[in-house]
Amino acid sequence: MNMADVVLEITQFSAGFGKAEIVKKIDLQVAKNQMLALIGPSGCGKSTFLRCLNRLHEETEEAWVRGQVKLLGRDIYGEHTDPVEVRSHIGMVFQKPNPFPAMSIFDNVAAGLVIRGIKKRSYVADVVEYSLKQAALWEEVKDKLKSPGTSLSGGQQQRLCIARALAISPPVILMDEPTSALDPISTSKVEELLMQLKKQVTIVIVTHNMQQAARISDRTAFLLLGDLIEEGPTAEFFTRPKEKRTENYITGRFG
Amino acid sequence: MSDLLFFNGLRTLALLQIFVFLTILIFLFYFSRQALAEFGWGFFFNSKWSPNQQQFGALAFVYGTLVTSAIALLISVPISIGSALFLTEIGPAWLRKPVQILIELLAAIPSVVYGLWAIFELAPFVRSSIQGPLAAATSFVPFFQGPPSGIGLFTAGLVLAIMITPTITSLTVEIFKSVPRLFHEGALALGATTWEAIRIAVVSPSASGILSAVVLGLGRAMGETMAVTMIIGNRADISAHLFSPAATMSSVIANEYAEADAGLHLSSLTAVGLTLLLVSLVVNSISRLIVWRYRSFLKGVTK
Amino acid sequence: MIFGRGERTQRSILQLGIRPDRRWKNILMLGLIHLAAAVALVPLFLVFYHVIKMGAPALNWSFFTSLPTPVGEKGGGMANALLGSLILVGLGALLGVPFGVLGGVFLAEYGRGKVAATMRFCVDLLSSLPSIIVGLYVYTILVVPMKSFSAYAGGLALAILMFPFVTKTTEEVLRLIPNHIREAGLALGIPRWRVVLSIVLKGAIPSVSTGVILGVARIAGETAPLLFTAFGNRNWPTQLGGATPSLPVQIYSYAISPFEEWHQQAWAGAFLLLLIVLLFNMVARYLVFRTQMGKAR
Repeated sequence: MNMADVVLEITQFSAGFGKAEIVKKIDLQVAKNQMLALIGPSGCGKSTFLRCLNRLHEETEEAWVRGQVKLLGRDIYGEHTDPVEVRSHIGMVFQKPNPFPAMSIFDNVAAGLVIRGIKKRSYVADVVEYSLKQAALWEEVKDKLKSPGTSLSGGQQQRLCIARALAISPPVILMDEPTSALDPISTSKVEELLMQLKKQVTIVIVTHNMQQAARISDRTAFLLLGDLIEEGPTAEFFTRPKEKRTENYITGRFG
Repeated sequence: MSDLLFFNGLRTLALLQIFVFLTILIFLFYFSRQALAEFGWGFFFNSKWSPNQQQFGALAFVYGTLVTSAIALLISVPISIGSALFLTEIGPAWLRKPVQILIELLAAIPSVVYGLWAIFELAPFVRSSIQGPLAAATSFVPFFQGPPSGIGLFTAGLVLAIMITPTITSLTVEIFKSVPRLFHEGALALGATTWEAIRIAVVSPSASGILSAVVLGLGRAMGETMAVTMIIGNRADISAHLFSPAATMSSVIANEYAEADAGLHLSSLTAVGLTLLLVSLVVNSISRLIVWRYRSFLKGVTK
Repeated sequence: MIFGRGERTQRSILQLGIRPDRRWKNILMLGLIHLAAAVALVPLFLVFYHVIKMGAPALNWSFFTSLPTPVGEKGGGMANALLGSLILVGLGALLGVPFGVLGGVFLAEYGRGKVAATMRFCVDLLSSLPSIIVGLYVYTILVVPMKSFSAYAGGLALAILMFPFVTKTTEEVLRLIPNHIREAGLALGIPRWRVVLSIVLKGAIPSVSTGVILGVARIAGETAPLLFTAFGNRNWPTQLGGATPSLPVQIYSYAISPFEEWHQQAWAGAFLLLLIVLLFNMVARYLVFRTQMGKAR
């Protein structure tokens, strides 16, 4: 991987809660404008690892991290780095769609901008429109921007959350099983969207659905009990995995 | 067979409780009719209250109740919401339960103890440390003037604030707890500071819930009797001076009922009681209505 | 970066980091929240401090055993008020507890019809009634016909104050018991009333007792409803049909009197009352704690 193209550089990174070590010494690099899928059996630490990348992990009691994570060259766990600032450069989409209640569709997408004090109405409106178009939601909501975010269907709400994350133009967006709470039709719509989006934004997606990873990602990484077993281009990963454990997981020998 | 007996027995008890409620309304109406017949609607708009001259009007007491409750809410609501946020969002985990228990303890202190404390400790404090400076600083408005006794609307409002804080706080805590955590994380992930995330994801969605808690606190403040009676000075007077003595609907009943002679005086006092009852019922019903609507809103949100 | 238009503005905003005023506002609001919690607790400590400081010294053996002395004479106590409170709270609980618990049972077990819904509504409103209104009510239905203040009237007023609270807590607690326990009992052929009383209620005794104890703690401290039902007495209560003194009412009349010795007695009485109410609360909390421990097993 060309070093100039590396967006996230993770070095000897471990994390856990209290006495438990959930993520064990991971070395990983994420390339620009590509999608990296993290797969592995439940409880293997992939969600925990993801939440470390935007420093959400430390909001839980007794959480700890060790090691280095560099975003565009800057260590996000550096001495005087503010987690709030880190999170404004990394977006996140959650498993269950969570548009802010008591806010309209417009206000939801604009939330990230408003927090930063960007108030100029025309600018904000432009950003909202652009983000909704990027999230393939504009046509469906353009006439009801003032209606509450919660009035949309599940799949639409998730696309709304994607638009909300896109609005602040982060270089990386993290996605924690974004389609597992959606019905099959919405899932395929979102997957289509992500295939387009990954050319413009770097995406790291956690999924328990191997087929999904095979379908949409450029590179795949396999985590087992907190260890990074293997990582590589998706096509190779699924057809000729290097590690025996990877092969066992892919072929369903264990869940 | 015995089941039917059991069921009917319980049902009779239930009907009895409904019966008690209805008879309270009926009896109060019945015993007020003399005063209402005598004074008509003017009873509620007249502030003159003189047993000697057989002239009775409830306005001064309504005013006293409203003003003391307003002062209580003004002081208590910010403190209650802040305490609720402390207990649910930002307090250190080990401190939350102890603080919650302590706040609940505030509610356990009997009203008469608050009244006693207010007379001998709070009133002198208000007189010396609050009233003086405040009156001097705001001499251009009438609100903070009044005789330097520490007795009056303001001190009563202050005691009420202390007494209703646990009510509003515990209800608000419940409301905050019922908002799904997911929104809070979503706000943080967007790059919000701690306060911004709380504001967007916890406080804003809870707005109507908080309102219902405030209204409930209002209901409690209006019905509170002993502490207010002991510290308000008991003068049927309407004054813009918040530090002057006054009276509330419940305080005048507490003061005069036992010695009022049957007839117009007693009937007028009962009419004041009826007013208090009706206002209290309305306020509590409004609170329940708000809660009901808020719960439906919350259901829609947590699909 | 994504944006074509305004891209340069975007980049510069993101690289600036967090605006300092956001940082300050955050610190300020968090500070205010901490302050609010602290301010809420200050009166608690003040009240306790003053009540203990003024009341404890005056609390001696004669307080518990002697009657009030005439003005100017030293000594004396509130023994009659203590006995009166015992009588009044006892009467109130005697009436209020069965009504409350059985009412809660009705709502929990047969809670779906119109009667239940109306009852729930009435109980809710009753529990938010100003306590002085209850005193007014009992005055009109009992004191006036009897032509005298009485312990009956005081007890009734306290019972009316108590039973909505006990009904609500009992219903809540019984509702928590899963339905399959009831169904198991019914499946064994046990009649419904027996299932409810011997199985459901019996299993919930600790939690229901907690509600009862808290209800008793509440009425033990009530003053307003007793002012013109039981009224008061400077002597021993001699008959249930006569005026009966009580601790809260005695504290009240001493507090508003102009006599310094009586004020001291009021503080002592307040100290005692506070202790009693606290004791009840702690017992209730301990019961809750123990039930939860039991469940955790």
